[in-house]
Order: sequence, then C-alpha cells, then structure tokens
Amino acid sequence: MLAFIFKRLGQSIIVMLAVALISFIMFRYVGDPVASMVSQEATIADQELLRERLGLNDPFYVQFFRFIMNALQGNFGISYRLQTPVADLIMSRLPATIELALTSATIALIVGIVAGVFTALNRKSPIAAGIMAFSLIGVSLPTFLIGIGLIYIFAVELQWLPSFGRGQVVDLGWWRTGFLTETGLRSLILPAITLSLFQMTLIMRLVRAEMLEVLRQDYIKFARARGLSKRAINFSHALKNTMVPVITIAGLQLGSIITGALITETVFQWPGIGSLFLSSVAVVDVPVMAAYLIFVGFVFVIVNLIVDILYYVVDPRLRVGGSSKGH
Amino acid sequence: MSEPVLSVKDLSVVFHLRRGDFTAVNKISFDIMPGEVLGVVGESGAGKSMTGTAIMGLVDRPGEVSSTSITLNGDRIDGLDEESLRKIRGRRIGMVMQDPLTSLNPLFTVGEQLIETIRRHLPLNEKQARARAIELLADAGIPKPEDRIDAYPHQFSGGMRQRVVISLALAAEPELVIADEPTSALDVSVQAQIIKVLKRLCAERGVAVMLITHDMGVIAEAADRMIVMNKGEIVETGTVGDIIHRPKEPYTIKLIDAIPSIKEQNPRYAAAVARGDEGDAAVTDAPLVRAENLSMVFDLSPSLFSRLTGRNRKIVNAVNDVSFQIERGKTYGLVGESGSGKSTCARMMVGLLRPTDGNVLLEGTDIWNDKDAAAKRRSKIQMIFQDPYASLNPRWRVGDIIAEPMRQLGIARNNKEITEKVAYLLDRVRLDPVVMRKYPHEFSGGQRQRIAIARALSSEPEFIICDEPTSALDVSVQAQVLELMSQLQDEFGLTYLLISHNLAVVRQMADAVGVLHNGVLVESGPVEEIFSAPKADYTRMLLDAVPDIAKVA
Repeated sequence: MLAFIFKRLGQSIIVMLAVALISFIMFRYVGDPVASMVSQEATIADQELLRERLGLNDPFYVQFFRFIMNALQGNFGISYRLQTPVADLIMSRLPATIELALTSATIALIVGIVAGVFTALNRKSPIAAGIMAFSLIGVSLPTFLIGIGLIYIFAVELQWLPSFGRGQVVDLGWWRTGFLTETGLRSLILPAITLSLFQMTLIMRLVRAEMLEVLRQDYIKFARARGLSKRAINFSHALKNTMVPVITIAGLQLGSIITGALITETVFQWPGIGSLFLSSVAVVDVPVMAAYLIFVGFVFVIVNLIVDILYYVVDPRLRVGGSSKGH
Repeated sequence: MSEPVLSVKDLSVVFHLRRGDFTAVNKISFDIMPGEVLGVVGESGAGKSMTGTAIMGLVDRPGEVSSTSITLNGDRIDGLDEESLRKIRGRRIGMVMQDPLTSLNPLFTVGEQLIETIRRHLPLNEKQARARAIELLADAGIPKPEDRIDAYPHQFSGGMRQRVVISLALAAEPELVIADEPTSALDVSVQAQIIKVLKRLCAERGVAVMLITHDMGVIAEAADRMIVMNKGEIVETGTVGDIIHRPKEPYTIKLIDAIPSIKEQNPRYAAAVARGDEGDAAVTDAPLVRAENLSMVFDLSPSLFSRLTGRNRKIVNAVNDVSFQIERGKTYGLVGESGSGKSTCARMMVGLLRPTDGNVLLEGTDIWNDKDAAAKRRSKIQMIFQDPYASLNPRWRVGDIIAEPMRQLGIARNNKEITEKVAYLLDRVRLDPVVMRKYPHEFSGGQRQRIAIARALSSEPEFIICDEPTSALDVSVQAQVLELMSQLQDEFGLTYLLISHNLAVVRQMADAVGVLHNGVLVESGPVEEIFSAPKADYTRMLLDAVPDIAKVA
C-alpha cells in the first residue's frame, strides 16, 4: 500500500513539473514581462538593468529552476494589475472557491448516486422517467443559462435567495468562511446548485448505467439465489461494484468543478479564484494566470491521487503484489 | 415409498415478447426423491436452466411462470411473494451456478459472502457463523480454510471457487440443491473432483440434487435418474442406465449417438486396420509443419525495476521445449488442461506470438524467417477459434467476412471472382450461398462456426489450427461440425492442429496426439497408442477423469 502511494506520488511530481514548465513558459514568453512592468518613460538602458536584476538574461534552466523554487515557497510574483503578491491574492480568493466547489461536489455526489440507484432499480416507474428527462436538461443546458434562470426564479421573482455575492463571512484568521452565517449559507445555495447540476446528472446517468450492468451479473443472480435481502443485494453487492467506474469519472469531474467554477463565479459575482482569473485574462495579468494554471494542475493531480487510492480500497483485485495468489 | 422432496406439476415458463409468446418450458412435471440426484439433460434452448430458475422463483420479466403446483417437502412454493421466496432461497433450496468465475462477488471476501448467507438464514452470531463457514469450506475440500476464508474470489482457482460456491449453496442446510451446469466451465480433472465433492456433501446431508447439464458424461457419473428435455418439454424420464443403454425416444437416441465417447476407437485408425496398412505412417513424405523446441516465456514481473534488478521476478514458462510434427493431410491433436500452454502453442504456430525460443517450420521454412515467409504464413496457415459468437464481426456481412482474407492477400482479382469464390466456399461448408448477404447474428452457433471455417478456407490454406472449435457448441451440432471438418480435410487435403480439452473429440478426429502439462509435452504419439496404452501418469490421470457415458453399467 505505502509503496503504491509513493509510486503514485512520484508520478504526480512529474505531472506537476510539466504543468510548472508550461506555466513558466507562459509567464516568461507570453509578452515581455519587463515591458509590462516599467513605465512608458523608462529608457532602454533602464529596461536592460531591470532585465538583469530580474534574472531574465540567465539561461532557460536557471530561470525555470528559480521559478520552481519560488513556486514551492508560494511566491508567484506580483500581479501586474493589482501590484500585490499573487500568492496573497490567491489565498484571499481561495476559500470562496473551495467552499463553493466542496458544496457542489457533495450535492452532485449524494443526489447523483441516490438518483442513479433509484432510477436503475425502478426502471419503469414514472418518477424515474421524470428524473431521466430532467437529467437531460442538466447535461445539455449550459451552466450560465441555468445560473441566470435560477437567479430569475429564486432571486428576482420569488426573492427567496440573494442573486450575487457571498454574503457575510467570518474571518477565522487564515480562512474566511461563509458557512457560519445565515446570509453566507443562503448565498451559497444558488451557485452551488448551478455548479453541481452538470456533474450531478452525469454521475446519476453513470451510476444508473453501471448499476443496470451489474444487476445483470451472475453474482447478483447468485446472491438472489442465496436468499439475501433486496437491500443487501442492491446496496452492498451491486452498489459497491458500480463504484470503480463511478470513482474514475466523479474524480475527473470534481476536478473540473474547480475549473467550471469560472463561469458560475462570474454569473453570481462570487469572489473566488475563477472570477479573479477571468479579470486577469482581460488585462493580460500573466503572473496570476500562471499561478492559476499551477493551482488547477495541482487540484487535478491531488484528485487523481485520491481516486487511485480509492480504487485500491474498493477493488481487491487491483491490490497488485500485495496479496498472495493461491491456488 | 417416501414423499418426494420436490414435486413439480405442469410447470410452464412463457416469455411475452413483442414478436409473440415464446414458451421456454411447456407443462413439465417431475419429482425428486430424498437423497436422489436427478440429472436434467438437453441441448441449449431446451429449457433446462429455465426450469431450475423457475423453481427458485428467479424468472425475470417478461417471463411468466405458471404451474398447477410446486411443492417442497409438502409445502407449496409456487406463487409466493418475494419475501417468502427469499426465505426459501438459500435456506431450503441452494443453488450452484455454471461459472464459478462470475458467480462470486469480486469485491467481497469469500468469508464475508459465506457469513452473510449463513446469518441471513440461521440464528448464529458473527463468530459462530464464521466457525461454520470455515467448517463448510473444509468440508468442500479447501485446504487451510482458516486462512483462505479471508481471501477474495480472484485469489482462488476455478475449481476452488466452485467449491466455495458449493459451500455457499449448502450454507443453510437446504433440502434441495439445484446445480446448473456446475462443472461445464472447468477442466476435466477438476470437473471430476467437483462432481465428487457435490455428490459426497449431498449424500452426507441427505440433500436431493437437481443436476442440470448438457454433458451426458457428467450425468452418467453423478445422477441416479435423469430427464431428457427438448424444446421445453420432457422427452424421456428414467434411470440413467436405462436411458443411456436403452433410449426409447428418437431424440434421445440421436443425442446419445452424437456424443463422442472416449472409449470409441478412432474411425480412421479402424479403417486403416481393416485395410491392413496399419504401419503406413512411416512411408508418408516429409512433414508439412514442424514445431522445433518451441518455448514461450512470459515475464510477469510487477515492475521494470524488479525486471532489471531481478527482485520479485516472476517468469512463467508457458511453453517449454515442445517439439512435434504434422504430416500433410493429417490431424494432430493437442490436449491438456487450461493453463497447460495449448493456446499459447497455437498462437505461436499461427504466427501471432513470436516464440522465445525454437522454430515453427512450414514446408521446411521458418515462418518467422523474413517478409516472404510471413506472407506465405498468412495464406498457408489459418485459424478457427473457439467462440463463433465472438470471432465473427457482428457488423459485417457474411460475404465480406469470408472474402476478407482473399482481399487482404490479393488472391482474387475482382469482385465478381470474389463473389463466386465466397459462394463456392459457402457451398463447401454446406450453407446456402444466398446467406452471404446476411449478418452473423442471424445464424445459430453451428452455422456460425461453418462461416468461420469458410473464412479460414478462403485464403486456400494447407494448415488450419482449430482452437477448441466445438467446445461452445451442443453435442449434436458438435458432431456435425466435426463431420464437416473431416470431409473438408479429405476434399482439400488439409492438415489440422486440433486443440481441445475434450479427449473424446480428439480421439475421434486426430491421427496423432500430444499431451501438454504445464507447458511441457509429456507424451506424443499415434492416437490409438496414447489412448489405449498411455505411458505418462498425467495422461492416465486425464483419461481416468473424463466423465463418460460408457462407464455406466
């Protein structure tokens, strides 16, 4: 088990180095960093001086190494636009995005799995047919349209929930959370639902399809022939077997919840990393973009690492080498 | 006479399909006495499995079960609701299914599945249930059950898994066990052990058994009385000895005649003896195919690191120094259990797998020699696979399937010629040439295997490798396909390498036989010599293990 995790960790580091390289190339070669730093009156000599001071004349690998060492210490340079350290900017926006993503992921997983199991077990019922029809909407409608629609119904017409922002937040020193205030929670509902809808329907359809496949297997028939209760068969024998493919897709999808938050955050003016990224793109704030790229890469690597470990936990057949193969 | 354990009266299973009703089981009635093993035999589609499933109340929609009555030791068990049925399944009727590889849930340990079943039906706590599970596994002949109970199904071999399945079926001391093809997926030697275990355990506990199988040999070995089913109806009922020796119904007679018996002499050998030229093997010309010291090593080491350093290295000698030769127009049979390296040999002979060591010579040239040899190999050597359902592309028309080798190898020049050749080939395999417009799913298993044979013939090969060509087919269909293969051999002067675990088929078809065991050729020689006077212990064991109808007194 430990060896397996170390192996996966090693692979993760290689992936992160590749991401860092792309990010570095963007940082270094998309536009001229010096040109965007100095004022218009600066002479060419001044620019050369700055270039020398920033180490931009050093060989490529030296610069890359420096970039990585800085990134490891959380130093991503200074935002061109806001003139504050990028790391501080990201840290101030991170809690909003993470809280939104976690809430969405939880909703997507719980509702998706429950609805998927329900529709698989009651294939013919009108409720299942209704859920399936609804799921098509979730898969096919673009996120921003759903968000605007929800705002129109629940914020404008019914006036139950706020239409934008994060509400009041409580500062815990290192983390500013919206979970602890009423307005914070109320503001979270609409964006979380919007963000989760696509993954929710995807997970649901996947669970349903896998479940139907598993229910056809011999070991389910054999479990029935052993007189086990319906509950034990459906939720212990069948559901566990659907989990391997579901974990794969859900894992990838949860990673993309972070990136998908971009649109949702814009629609709801949610003060997260996604909206920070968008406003940075508008003014070519390269250090922020580079840091965002690394952050997203990091999230995907972590999620995939967790997925790999979960495989190992769920499916004994994948525990290679660790167990004795007897005959 | 005592009361029957199971009494079935007028059981029918009807499937309501869009095209109309399909009757899978038609008003059958039978009894099973206490401690009796009742064999139910028939070809695929005869409704035998459906009968077992219907008794368990496991028929899914759109199937509909109707019966006058089904009683288990006097209690009606038909028409019960789900909850009452669940109390009978496992508790009073145990079930053993065909494929031990798929009937256990791969994600739970054997112990978890046993304890779950035991606790569902018996008032035991976790610890007592575990003790009972260990006892059951020990009874079923699993060595060191205290250790093995926490293993997952994939850590057991096929035969061991089937023992686990049998323990599961017997977990709650049922009155009846329905065993649906319990040994069909297993090797002959394992098959014999499993039948023995099942018989012993049921006899010790006084459990009645309904043994469903297509294999008359298994019935002959295990059952007391048997039912022959065809198209959903019972054709004949009687004691096993009576039916095998004195079948009354034409269908039963046909079925029994179709079974190749391992005790039957090779027909060609018999003919040769009659002609008086027994020793003609020596005068034939040079062999068409020679396998010289073939070896295949698979490196299953867990990682590149261990491959380089030699730690944890896992090397499997799938085939080890195997040599044999096949004369033109003859058939060489290769027999052995699963994992013995038969199919690896076949793949090396056909050129799909490069031997680690040794050569395959076709008319004296190594098939791996150069480009020319490879081209020659492709047209001269063809293969027929085990599963005709999987070996034909379902999205291609039969005509295109058969024409593919011709097109690939540039044998025919234009479409007209191709069509003519395909028609000719279909005619040769006794199919109507008009079927070339159809798709594979429109054919039965036997017809599909004919199509596969036609495809193999289309490159005008001299040597055809048949990897278990009939093991997916019913006995009567098997007989037809084997007959066709013999006729084609005479017509086209073909040379066969016949790979099969079915020794009776090999004895009937082959001129010479090789016996593979763990990748080593333990014995090789003329077919009658090996079957009547085997030298190697392993061959003798293999021959003894075969369930055969000729053994019934």
